[in-house]
Amino acid sequence: MSEMRRVSAICNGTVIDHIPSGSAVQVMRMLHIDGSHSNPISLVMNVPSSKVGSKDVLKIEDRELSQEELDRLALIAPSASIAIIRNYGVAEKRQIELGSELVNIARCSFFNCITQNPNEPLPHRLQVVSQDPLEIRCAYCGRAQSVGEIIESLI
Amino acid sequence: MDLITMDDLTNEEAISLLDDAERLLPIARGDAYLPLLKGKVLANLFFENSTRTRLSFETSMKRLGGEVLNLSEVGSSVKKGETLYDTMQMIDGYADVAVIRHPRQGAAQYAADAVQIPIMNAGDGAGNHPTQTLLDLFTIRQGQGKIDGLNVVMVGDLRYGRTAHSLSHALSRFGASLTLVSPEPLKMPSEIVRDLKSSGCHIEESEDLLPAISSADVVYMTRIQRERFPDEAEYEKVAGIYTLKAEDLRSVQSDMMVMHPLPRVNEIHPSIDATSHAWYFKQAFNGVPTRMALLCRSLGIDIPEAIV
Repeated sequence: MSEMRRVSAICNGTVIDHIPSGSAVQVMRMLHIDGSHSNPISLVMNVPSSKVGSKDVLKIEDRELSQEELDRLALIAPSASIAIIRNYGVAEKRQIELGSELVNIARCSFFNCITQNPNEPLPHRLQVVSQDPLEIRCAYCGRAQSVGEIIESLI
Repeated sequence: MDLITMDDLTNEEAISLLDDAERLLPIARGDAYLPLLKGKVLANLFFENSTRTRLSFETSMKRLGGEVLNLSEVGSSVKKGETLYDTMQMIDGYADVAVIRHPRQGAAQYAADAVQIPIMNAGDGAGNHPTQTLLDLFTIRQGQGKIDGLNVVMVGDLRYGRTAHSLSHALSRFGASLTLVSPEPLKMPSEIVRDLKSSGCHIEESEDLLPAISSADVVYMTRIQRERFPDEAEYEKVAGIYTLKAEDLRSVQSDMMVMHPLPRVNEIHPSIDATSHAWYFKQAFNGVPTRMALLCRSLGIDIPEAIV
């Protein structure tokens, strides 16, 4: 537990532990956490972990992330552990799952895709064609998208 | 029923459509008249130029007694900034079936998601062109008597060439061996090659045309498309790289077919036109019976077994 003492326990909210080292900023981006809300956010990066060597941890106070929000993290932190905290105790543990489709999480990165017109109203849909090896394609134009491209194109 | 990529058809459905097209030949030629689509309206939505595809859909609809609306991008609401979604809402109310060609990839799937009426993809950017594939398969069957297990050479712009993308997908499902001939910058996209290989297709990639054609059943030429290049200098580097002349065909198989989705620029020298290898003009005509069959399928109309 020594690594957890860098940040004090939270009363209510969500703790995302075992984020791959250095990825917490991307996790925040994927969850639209940009400091514009008043709830406290604690971020520790590159702390030693007995389980994975080195990790990042994110504590979000007074906000319980939904399963849908958490599933967004499947691309960059698939093995992160999630705890929903209520009154200083772990009320729920959640798993991240990569579904068959990412809807309105990222735009297709192909420059000539129909969805590049920002006025087109239908949802952005990226299909998970295969989980292992990971292969994701735009549901409209069919172009393969790398995880790096998806992170660059987050909505 | 939509047709966006060849994945929307099983092999059995594709064969059944070719059989339908075969039965519709007398109507396609104008030798018989059967108004199977009387009272139906087709919207031809060509946001990008087309000659053969648009005209053959129009004649297909008319020879079956249906009506056609034509939207061209010039001066239309698209220029005023209307979204494809909004254009499609209007078409949904005006027509029973729509054919769409659009410069942006994915536009046909997007249009299909936006409306209730069946949508046929007539080319979406460098994506797919499945109605061309059906007419290509129909032509191959006419020339070779079958479409499975053939040795096919695809030549030219395999990166941006949507006809090559759709046809290679279909042929791979029918157990073809494919030789993909293109200059390095115009190679078949890697995700397509991956798909082809995973369906068990034998693939060779090459930059040399002539060694590839000696054992070919079909040589499928494509135009290097100036309009797909972001940069004119890049186009000039590869334009005119492959030209097939009659003298190049001396040692090919006697029933080898030279095909081309047309228009050609200089990929096929006119000296080939008079040879028995020239199939590209018959191929262009075959757009009519196959698109008739597709229109009937989209609208749920059965084709009689015998047409006289």
